[in-house]
Amino acid sequence: MSKFSKKKKGLPPINTASLPDIVFMLLFFFMVATTMRETAILVKNELPSSTEVKKLSEKRLVSTIYVGAATNTPKNADAPDLIQLNDKIASVKDVRNFIYNERQDIPLAEQSAMTTLIKSDVNSTVGTITDIKKELREINALKVTYATRQKSERK
Amino acid sequence: MARRDTPEINAGSMADIAFLLLIFFLVTTTMDIDAGISRKLPEKQPENVEPPIIKQRNIFEISINRNDDLLVENEYKKVEDIKQMAIDFIDNGGKVGNPIELFGETEGTECTWCEGAKAEDSSDHPNKAIIAIKTDRSTKYGTYIAVQNQISEAYSFLRDRLAQKEYGRKFSDMVKEDKNNKINPDQSLKDKIKRIKAMYPEIITEQNN
Repeated sequence: MSKFSKKKKGLPPINTASLPDIVFMLLFFFMVATTMRETAILVKNELPSSTEVKKLSEKRLVSTIYVGAATNTPKNADAPDLIQLNDKIASVKDVRNFIYNERQDIPLAEQSAMTTLIKSDVNSTVGTITDIKKELREINALKVTYATRQKSERK
Repeated sequence: MARRDTPEINAGSMADIAFLLLIFFLVTTTMDIDAGISRKLPEKQPENVEPPIIKQRNIFEISINRNDDLLVENEYKKVEDIKQMAIDFIDNGGKVGNPIELFGETEGTECTWCEGAKAEDSSDHPNKAIIAIKTDRSTKYGTYIAVQNQISEAYSFLRDRLAQKEYGRKFSDMVKEDKNNKINPDQSLKDKIKRIKAMYPEIITEQNN
């Protein structure tokens, strides 16, 4: 037993001096890899999934339109589609001004590369989307992307 | 001069501060990159323009009704059937097509790269083949996207196949590489992509009732 009694009593304290470094490293990773949430989504937004997706890398040149039923509608209930621009629920007529507004911040040379991203709920109707597209055509904003989630397997 | 020992700063709470910041960033930021199916809308037409007359065999008609049922070329079909039907239609290559500007053609030529059945009642040439989607106002968006996705799959299948034959690699890989070459754009790669796109151009029309 003498062997054991020689040992110090209790565990030595764990050195936590490097803990801040580790956490800072994580912090910097998240700061670099993520982007700020810009808008609070006021409509239901379950995106459809598809296999053929194209990524939109230039966030600056993308204007997003959300379409879907109000968030507080009960499940399986029929509710009219709402259109959300920036932080507000808007009507189809406002789409025009919204795009004009977005264009103002972009230099003229890059305006042709601007894309409108339509983030629409799976359960919304094509009619609403068509109305939006008609407005976009009126003001010559012809590049459109339908936001989808990526399904990995190809059938 | 007497040297005074500066007392050591207690850094024990540093980790707590860093954690706090970390959690703040975790909550307020998102990681998702926007992605989706890209389409180009047609330009606004002046009123009272006569629509061009197009032969029925060059139109691949997909109708979706308000109950999300599909009618493809006047037959009741499922969404998954569209891809193969669209491939067969686009790739048919029965007759001469429109002249391709990129190749300096003044007269339409036959589709030499097509592997289709060359049927009389299907499309003449990939650049004449039009996919027409008809939807109802109350069609579900999810169904509409599923159909769009099937068509995109059909085109990328054909483009991949052609690129594999011509350049020994997939078209989708070529596009990916071109996107990564932002600083040193590879002009020959760009030309190749343009060429494939001209050989299988995406022609989709939409109509909503």
